[in-house]
Amino acid sequence: MKKKTQKLIGLVMAVAVVASMLAGCSQKLSGTVATDGSTSMENVIGALGEAFMEQNDGVTFTYNPTGSGSGIKAVQEGRCDIGLSSRNLKDEETASGLTATVLAYDGIAVIVHPDNPVADLDVETIAKLYTGEITNWKDAGGSDAAVVLIGREAGSGTRDGFESITGTEDACQYRQELTSTGDVITAVSQNPDAIGYASLASVSDSVKALTVGGVAPTEDTVKDGSYVIQRPFVLVTKTDAKLSEAAQAFFDFATSADASDFISKAGAVAAN
Amino acid sequence: MGKHQRFIENLIHGIFLFLGLVTVGCVLLITVYLILSGIPAIRQIGLLDFLLGDTWESTAKEPSFGILPFILTSIYGTAGAILFGVPVGFFTAVYLAKLAPPKVKAVVESAVSLLAGIPSVVYGLVGMLVLVPGIRQLFHVPDGASLLAAIIVLAIMILPSIIKVSVTALEAVPQEYEDASLALGATPIETYFRVSAPAAKSGIAAAVVLGVGRAIGEAMAVMMVSGNVPNMPSLFQSVRFLTTAVASEMAYSSGLQRQALFSIALVLYLFVLLLNAALNFFLKRKKEG
Amino acid sequence: MQSNWITTKRKGYIGLMRGLMALSTALTCGTALFLIGYVLIKGLPSITWELLSTKPSYLAGTIGILPDILNTVYIIVATLLIVLPLGVGAAIYLTEYASSQRLVTVIEYAAETLSGIPSIIFGLVGMLIFANSFGSCLLAGALTLVIMNLPTVMRTAQESLKTVPQSYREGAFGLGAGKWRVVRTVVLPGCVDGVITGCILSAGRILGESAALLFTAGFAHVLNGFLSGLGSPGATLTVALYLYTKEPGPGGAQASFAIAAILMALTLTINFAAVLVGRIFKKRRAL
Repeated sequence: MKKKTQKLIGLVMAVAVVASMLAGCSQKLSGTVATDGSTSMENVIGALGEAFMEQNDGVTFTYNPTGSGSGIKAVQEGRCDIGLSSRNLKDEETASGLTATVLAYDGIAVIVHPDNPVADLDVETIAKLYTGEITNWKDAGGSDAAVVLIGREAGSGTRDGFESITGTEDACQYRQELTSTGDVITAVSQNPDAIGYASLASVSDSVKALTVGGVAPTEDTVKDGSYVIQRPFVLVTKTDAKLSEAAQAFFDFATSADASDFISKAGAVAAN
Repeated sequence: MGKHQRFIENLIHGIFLFLGLVTVGCVLLITVYLILSGIPAIRQIGLLDFLLGDTWESTAKEPSFGILPFILTSIYGTAGAILFGVPVGFFTAVYLAKLAPPKVKAVVESAVSLLAGIPSVVYGLVGMLVLVPGIRQLFHVPDGASLLAAIIVLAIMILPSIIKVSVTALEAVPQEYEDASLALGATPIETYFRVSAPAAKSGIAAAVVLGVGRAIGEAMAVMMVSGNVPNMPSLFQSVRFLTTAVASEMAYSSGLQRQALFSIALVLYLFVLLLNAALNFFLKRKKEG
Repeated sequence: MQSNWITTKRKGYIGLMRGLMALSTALTCGTALFLIGYVLIKGLPSITWELLSTKPSYLAGTIGILPDILNTVYIIVATLLIVLPLGVGAAIYLTEYASSQRLVTVIEYAAETLSGIPSIIFGLVGMLIFANSFGSCLLAGALTLVIMNLPTVMRTAQESLKTVPQSYREGAFGLGAGKWRVVRTVVLPGCVDGVITGCILSAGRILGESAALLFTAGFAHVLNGFLSGLGSPGATLTVALYLYTKEPGPGGAQASFAIAAILMALTLTINFAAVLVGRIFKKRRAL
């Protein structure tokens, strides 16, 4: 009998543990800042979060890189404090009670294989390449080889930004639609005839970033707008709900002038 | 037996019954959730337009949601993987089950289970770095990310299940069958292929169905090597599978697009249920036969 | 002697089959060796103590996988804690209690169906059921993995229960023990090996899982204790590998191969453990 009681107690405890874990999942402790959204913003928001936690000992900062759309949805449903989007909010999203605050700007680099002789393209030629009007590199100042177009999947903030600036919405003849910055860079680095686009902050030596209309993508050219292929990094909050104390503090920190160093170190250009 | 004890016994019987039914509950839960979240988009798009439409432009201004390219790609890709993977797996299995010295067998078998244990992301990564450029150079195509690349990756990924299940089936063939064949003058090799293999055929069929299941359900690896563009399938074209259609757009999706992705998952689920019924059929035959 | 009456045609057939077997086995082993070698060569040099013992820092630009290692441990422990009672209980019901053959068929069919479902579908359903109701967190991931691994644990427990000799049960009943007592004292100890094998197999599957966790467990690389870890989003090693492949950042590419090499070593260990456990229990049973 005694054993039975012991086992019963064990069972009750197990249930209690599971229950407390469930409770822990949804609990928003004061002193926690939860952000959720764009994968392209990882470096920027990661650096900001880390700096913020160093300054405020008791605060826990979390970032869940799920994608712009998911982040916006998460704010709407109250699953996080601040949503992160690497595109501007659509009208229906603003109408549903969300506010966008531009945190930074990010250049979208147009990248080719390092062996590709082409070093500069204007926006018009890029558009012609992506819509399939030019299909051979020799018509764009390169060697005689078929152009391989690499881009991002539908719904990606990077694709959204690239296509809207080059005016190629729904018209791109992609050879590959990859699901991340890393995949695009890897694919371009493995194919001498490929062209792709990726967040400037992530571009590495394995690929060559083209100058666009003679302007190289750098922090300065993104800032003064002379490098035209860029998109905003946006903090999304609920219009009518107040942020928690910690979240508000983070929001203020991220949009303050103090944060611009961290943002530029992470490869983007601070808006403030 | 006291009343009290009988009560306890009944209670415990009830608890175990409940635990037994959890599995059934899970299947029902998954089915119900997938149907509930998959039906709305199909209703809105129309079943035929959804299943037989050949254009998928989920984020265009006038979106169209036709998943025929995905269905065909999944079927072709799986068939291709079976075409490559099953013969290789089968012959390896015969060797392991009948001919290999115990030490060789142990080494090869652990290599095979290691293959099974490699995370699919690693397959995708190595495929991207080695296979895709390789196909590009070997076949002189502009880009190597293609149905063929996906087929090769899938063929490798299904090898372990095919080999393991086939080996088990071949080892279960009664010794008397083989002895009789040998006594009649057949050589060992002839015996293994003409007597043992046919005797193990329902087990091997089960292995194939299992391989089909694994191939049709794989997402992360093929997403990285198949190019992921919703084209109609062709060997050197960039293609998108049912699984990769769901996996690639889910993170960013909203509205009807998101619902349509759940509908794709529902279609995939139905395929898997069908396969499972087939598997069950083969296994049952094995038990009876 | 034999060769005298084997026709050329038969010789050709035998040679062909031998050739095909050699070719296939070589292909299989070659692929496995290549994959293992490629990953190890690219990954081993990047495995440092710093990588294993720190958390990533965006400010310093370093990558550390300690949080991912802990998350992996947490999620394996949490999943096993929940799936073991469920799976073993179901197995006991099937072998000891079930009287209706139809119900047994239904439950077994359900288990087979579950084990055939692709992980991406588990991920979606886990997202709908768990993550959407209490947020992406390790627990949501663990619960998804519970459903995924239930059939494995159930089957291995069932297999080992079947090996408990019927005479033991009859003996215990004969001594006047009640059913529950027989189950507790005779049957349960008999399925320990099955439970351990089930644990090892499940741990291996969880270790390599990415699709089911991406939509349910989140991606954070934050150091947490067990309980707070379960309540917050976190990446396991495989998910971290996926993330570092997808968004490399500085050092991410090396880190992803390092993680791949670590995962491979762990998989090898798990395989050996499974073989070893199988052997030990076989020996014990033979005694």
